[in-house]
Amino acid sequence: MNQGKNIMIVGVGGQGTLLASRVMGNVLMAQGYDVKVSEVHGMSQRGGSVVTYVKYGEKVYSPTIEQGEADIILSFETLEAARWLSYLKKGGTILVNDQQIDPMPVITGAMEYPAGILDTIREQGVRLLAVDALGLAMEAGNSKAVNVVLIGVLSKHMDIPEQDWEDAIRACVPEKFVELNLKAFALGRRAGDE
Amino acid sequence: MKKLLLGNEAVARGLYESGCRLVSSYPGTPSTEITEYASKYDELYCEWAPNEKVACEVAIGSCIGGARSFTAMKHVGLNVAADPLFTSSYTGVNAGLIIGVADDPGMHSSQNEQDSRHYAIAAKLPMVEPSDSTECRDFVKAAYEISERFDTPVLFRLSTRVSHSQSIVELGEREDLPLKEYKKDPSKFVMMPAMAKKRHVVVEERQAALAQWAEETPLNQVMMGDKKVGVITSGVSYQYAREALGDNASYLKLGLINPLPVKLIQDFAAKVDELFVIEELDDIIETHCKKIGVKVTGKEKFSRIGEISQNIVRKAMLGEAPEAVSYPAQLPVRPPVMCAGCPHRGMFYALKQENCMVSGDIGCYTLGAAAPLSAMDTTVCMGASISGLHGFNKARGEESTHHSVAVIGDSTFIHSGITGLIDIAYNQGKSKVVILDNSITGMTGHQQNPTTGYTIKGDPTAAINLEKLCESVGFHNIHVVDPYDLKATRQAVKELLAADEPSVLVSRRPCALLKYVKHNPPIQISKDKCRSCKACLKIGCPAISMKDGKAVIDETLCVGCNLCKGLCAFGAIDPDNE
Repeated sequence: MNQGKNIMIVGVGGQGTLLASRVMGNVLMAQGYDVKVSEVHGMSQRGGSVVTYVKYGEKVYSPTIEQGEADIILSFETLEAARWLSYLKKGGTILVNDQQIDPMPVITGAMEYPAGILDTIREQGVRLLAVDALGLAMEAGNSKAVNVVLIGVLSKHMDIPEQDWEDAIRACVPEKFVELNLKAFALGRRAGDE
Repeated sequence: MKKLLLGNEAVARGLYESGCRLVSSYPGTPSTEITEYASKYDELYCEWAPNEKVACEVAIGSCIGGARSFTAMKHVGLNVAADPLFTSSYTGVNAGLIIGVADDPGMHSSQNEQDSRHYAIAAKLPMVEPSDSTECRDFVKAAYEISERFDTPVLFRLSTRVSHSQSIVELGEREDLPLKEYKKDPSKFVMMPAMAKKRHVVVEERQAALAQWAEETPLNQVMMGDKKVGVITSGVSYQYAREALGDNASYLKLGLINPLPVKLIQDFAAKVDELFVIEELDDIIETHCKKIGVKVTGKEKFSRIGEISQNIVRKAMLGEAPEAVSYPAQLPVRPPVMCAGCPHRGMFYALKQENCMVSGDIGCYTLGAAAPLSAMDTTVCMGASISGLHGFNKARGEESTHHSVAVIGDSTFIHSGITGLIDIAYNQGKSKVVILDNSITGMTGHQQNPTTGYTIKGDPTAAINLEKLCESVGFHNIHVVDPYDLKATRQAVKELLAADEPSVLVSRRPCALLKYVKHNPPIQISKDKCRSCKACLKIGCPAISMKDGKAVIDETLCVGCNLCKGLCAFGAIDPDNE
């Protein structure tokens, strides 16, 4: 068995981060790992900043990931990548959907959406890959498939057979959306090749 | 079969496997999913009750009736259910009874951070606390055994991180238990003074027996590693400690957290050089240790406020700080917001325009307190909007009823708002109440309630008519408005405040996230007509923002509610459909 990893999925409530973590939990359990997935429910889901922790290895204790502990951060939104950056381990990788969703202080004009976030993150010596997941989701046939596109991107950075990912997607999405999601996954996987 | 289960789902699995027959609950984050998952097993009768007190009483009645029973609630829900809780300690049970309570350290979705362990001590009830999903399932089984062996309800404590984390569980089979015989026994179940005095003696004897049993139960585990450092802990705090310290410490992990053992702790203390207590929120284990003469370090190193984590343990005990990069600039926060198309938005916009005092309540609509709507003055607990406003109006005189209003959701109104409404009518108040009827219990993730016409299983049932209910308690000025119609809503709010009698305005429109709600296509803003005045931003819709100096609508978020249209003086929003 390979060594375990700590993976964070961050984004905006409503972007489908929960499905992404469900797929990951499924695929990792099938590899024989001990797995813990920690989710956020309730108030924070309503358009707020959301985070899911996925941890796997021979034995996992704490369900959460702390500052400096994440091997990979999968960010569904640009500003959220910056917000959670301190959770990344030294030498870790951050995978970012380059979509921008304005938070309320930006909408009301109290603050500006920061410019040049991706470059600033790279300047911190962090490995970063940005993809247009929304564009790829639309190419697959539905803007809601952003989450599965991003799973595809992530899958390129984990040592797990492609077939196992596809099986986990089949197990986690309603049957009528399987084809669309497998297409989204394939597009994401291609984009995950740096 | 192995499955990855949410802690709450594992509790439901435990109920199923233990032969539980009845679950009655009121939703409350982080406890809600227990009852939702339980309702998927046809062998269990499950229901949403109007509030936690009712739910707890239903479970008590069912256990007296001979069925293993369960109720789940969040920490503040136990305040509501405290009355039956304390006396059920005296009556004891017939079949097993578990009362699940989920604390929310860190207040991810709560109005306070109370530690429900105090209830176990105060009500003299045993309390168990699991630390992962497998223990969630196993401790349900253990709790039913404790309940029936010691003739007592058992409190089952969860916390957000245990309830909302998935871990692997090996599924078991259901144990089919027959209904226990019901025998009339007033000396045990009728708690009037003569009987209760005798039952109090039984409670104290039971406490002593449980304390003895706490020394030997396998729910409490000693795990010896390096003996320089010993840690006494429970629940998710054990996971944090174990991750941070690994085998460089020895652990006493408490699964039974009331009553706490004495000799077990003293013996463990004798084996290690230095002893720490790691517990979230209050210093309950620590105080117990000090009381029995065991020297420990606890709250000097670990806060009473918020969650503990592996990093906090590392810092407190090893002096280690994480090596981390951080973003070198201040970032805009992203607080939760009302969704695009939320029917509450129109009502809060109208209330803001009237600049009135808003007595708020618990639900999605508490977000009306946030900028830019900022239309809420108070929020205390479920139901307090109405009764609190009655007090406010009585204190400040009748004139204040024209400048103040209570807002409360449909589910919260049934939970405990109706009693406040009765108080207003009975005591000749003239307060004004807005019921935000979005036809669902929203914040906790769409649970049915007595106003929706459906049960937890989705079966059609009687639906409360809110207008008739208000009328029957003594309100006669009752109106209904559609909050998507901004003009009508503003007018209705003006009339409500002007009224010279106690009045109710029902703001009725289903939650935009409900599956059956059909959305209009997203609308657009004409770049040419937009004068950049930002009037449309005042409703705080997450779909509207400024791009290159002009207002734009995010098509992936907009549900075509058209609320923003009424705010544009220049006809720039959806100009083709003027």
